[in-house]
Amino acid sequence: MKRRKGTSDSLLTKAGGELDDRFKLAGPARVLLNKVFPDHWSFLLGEIALFSFILLLLSGTFLALFFEPSMVEVTYHGAYVPLQGVEMSKAYESSLDLSFEVRGGLFMRQMHHWATLLFMAAILVHMLRIFFTGAFRAPRETNWMIGILLFWVGFFEGFFGYSLPDDGLSGTGLRIMEGMTESVPFIGPWASAALFRGQFPGTDVISMIYIIHVFIFPLILLALITVHVGLVFAQKHTQWPGPGRTEHNVVGFRMFPNYVMKQVGFMLFIWGVIGAMAGLFQINPIWLFGPYEVSVVSSASQPDFYVMYLDGLIRLFPAWEFRAPPYFTLPAVFWPAIAGMGLSVVLPLLYPALERRFTKDRGHHNLLERPRDNAARTSLGMMVVVFWIIGVISGGNDVFAEKFHISLNAMPWAGRIGIVVLPIITYYVTYRICLGLQQHDREVLAHGLETGILMRDPNGRFYEVHQPLAEPDEHGHTELEYNGWVVPKKMNRVGALEPADKGFFKSIEEPSDNGGAERRDEIESGKH
Amino acid sequence: MAASAKRRRGWRKRLGALARFTGALVIVGGLYSVFSPGLYAQESEAGAIDADAVKGQELYDTSCITCHGDNGEGVEGRGPSLIGVGSAAVEFQVNTGRMPMAAQGAQAPDSDYPVFTEEEAEWLGAYIEYLGGGDVVPDDLDALVAAGTVGEGGELYRVNCSSCHGFSGGGGALSSGAHAPSLSGVTNEELYQAMLTGPQNMPVFADNQLTPEQKADLIAYVQFIVNDDRDPGGVFNLGRFGPSTEGLAIFLVGMTALLLTTLWIAGKS
Repeated sequence: MKRRKGTSDSLLTKAGGELDDRFKLAGPARVLLNKVFPDHWSFLLGEIALFSFILLLLSGTFLALFFEPSMVEVTYHGAYVPLQGVEMSKAYESSLDLSFEVRGGLFMRQMHHWATLLFMAAILVHMLRIFFTGAFRAPRETNWMIGILLFWVGFFEGFFGYSLPDDGLSGTGLRIMEGMTESVPFIGPWASAALFRGQFPGTDVISMIYIIHVFIFPLILLALITVHVGLVFAQKHTQWPGPGRTEHNVVGFRMFPNYVMKQVGFMLFIWGVIGAMAGLFQINPIWLFGPYEVSVVSSASQPDFYVMYLDGLIRLFPAWEFRAPPYFTLPAVFWPAIAGMGLSVVLPLLYPALERRFTKDRGHHNLLERPRDNAARTSLGMMVVVFWIIGVISGGNDVFAEKFHISLNAMPWAGRIGIVVLPIITYYVTYRICLGLQQHDREVLAHGLETGILMRDPNGRFYEVHQPLAEPDEHGHTELEYNGWVVPKKMNRVGALEPADKGFFKSIEEPSDNGGAERRDEIESGKH
Repeated sequence: MAASAKRRRGWRKRLGALARFTGALVIVGGLYSVFSPGLYAQESEAGAIDADAVKGQELYDTSCITCHGDNGEGVEGRGPSLIGVGSAAVEFQVNTGRMPMAAQGAQAPDSDYPVFTEEEAEWLGAYIEYLGGGDVVPDDLDALVAAGTVGEGGELYRVNCSSCHGFSGGGGALSSGAHAPSLSGVTNEELYQAMLTGPQNMPVFADNQLTPEQKADLIAYVQFIVNDDRDPGGVFNLGRFGPSTEGLAIFLVGMTALLLTTLWIAGKS
């Protein structure tokens, strides 16, 4: 009976104490568990990429057990009837076996591919959030650059991944990469010959990119992600301005238990979405593409979406070939493919430094900016977004032309004109929208909320009743300063009408009569 | 006895001579028909206009003559001559609703509601056949397709067809507003007719380029990927457009679902 005296709680305490005696855990653990994270939906976007990456490692390990990175020619005798008796590489054969004969193989393949698309999509969306809120500003420029590198390493990791099965589509992608490599002045042909060990496609490229895909690049990604997340811990997360929030504190939830629970739940949700997509949506049906043959190029051959804008730039760029006889030719593909990709790497990397230089803003920023409050940056970002979207659409312009019954000849011209003109228009329109939103915030702060109540004075003049946010001075102005956060724009936001209802799918708090019935009656009577 | 026996022997001799003569005729005739061009044989068959062709001519004179002219001779700038195109071309164009064409355009669009019935199309075909012969579909096509090798058909498909109709037979865009149509829901006969006659922008795959057996292999493959493949990868095949629609799906389905989740999770405290 005496031994039962200790509760489980004290047992845990004892175990913790023993561990701490040996490993000195309590200090670091306390710091970690008590770390505070600000809570906002837009701060969870990077996690989508992070948890997709973990799933990529897991599903990729499964695929690596069955995939054979070999270009040895074999004759297919597997389960898929239309390819029986067809000559193909061992890589393609093992990908087919993985899809049709390994239990759960097709599901894992599709999960790996959907997780890749989600990884890249989440990186893009996360990057937009960081950009538009100014989270990349000092002291976080390094982490922004690491993020950009993560995108580009992921870009090539994905490209190599869909090249591995050696099907008709992946071979077409490699062919385009060969063309791009060869367009580099002077070293191009040598670089291409080194990559393919001679003529395209050769017999070695699959085994080479296999090692890059399953070992080297995942290692680089893992290292970069570790530093990326570590820097967020070390430099602390940015937060929105608001009551009690300054440049020198962080308001939010503790790591344990609140934040950890949310993160685990979110991770499972992300994996669930990827699993559902892998089960419901067919992706990359390699059995339809057939083995790669140099003579086979299908219509509607597109790369994955994150590569598609480069394909689009190549499709849009005019055939301007530069020749300096007798030896030198600079093919047109160099400009969109090599110069275009180079700029897409360098300009984002340099952006924080460029912004510092042009705005002369040398301060440290832990509070975020609302996109409307930095109209120039927001407009610049929207310009890039529009440029990118036109590039992506142009990358699939044959599919677009066919499905929307547009002439294929009109598509490149629409793209060429659009990619020059639309970003400029976008800049102007976004700038005006930002200024308008800023103005309206200031207006509400100065004059109060629009109540929707129209009054008529004895002179016959109509006016709308405004509800000031603070005690107005003799001119009817309220001297409230804009603090960089949401200004209430509706009566129910300040508790004058039906109270705000919290909760996403269903109400999580009972509506209260918040402020008394008289005030509400007063306003309702004004409506008549 | 002896006389009758002698007579009988003479009979036999004469019968034998007749048999040898017939045999020789058959061999010579057979050799002739093997080595002589097939056109002659057809022409002698279709010497006189038959009842079907007469009915076909009536339809032709009301519905086709505006563009294709008197006796299928064609009208400059409106419609090509139909002499020698054969019933395969006529039946394909009419049964898929491409002809009669409503208006001049980049390409005659196919329609689910053809103007003529299949019987009427056959009459029209008979009339065109009467005017100048041409390609016909083998009668035992379905048996040929059933005997076709899907694997060989696949290799032929990827080399000859995928550059316009796409890997999965979904069709694709061609220059100047034309397009290669989707191959789903197309009958064996129409596939064969299309390969044989090269309608609209499609090249002709004559029997010396793809033998009837190879065409049958191809048809077997097309019917497999369109009807029997059943998209093992999921409930939705995303139109089999490849990365374009996959990219759309990851944003519209995956990202959207997870953005709603972020709103939900961040709202909880």
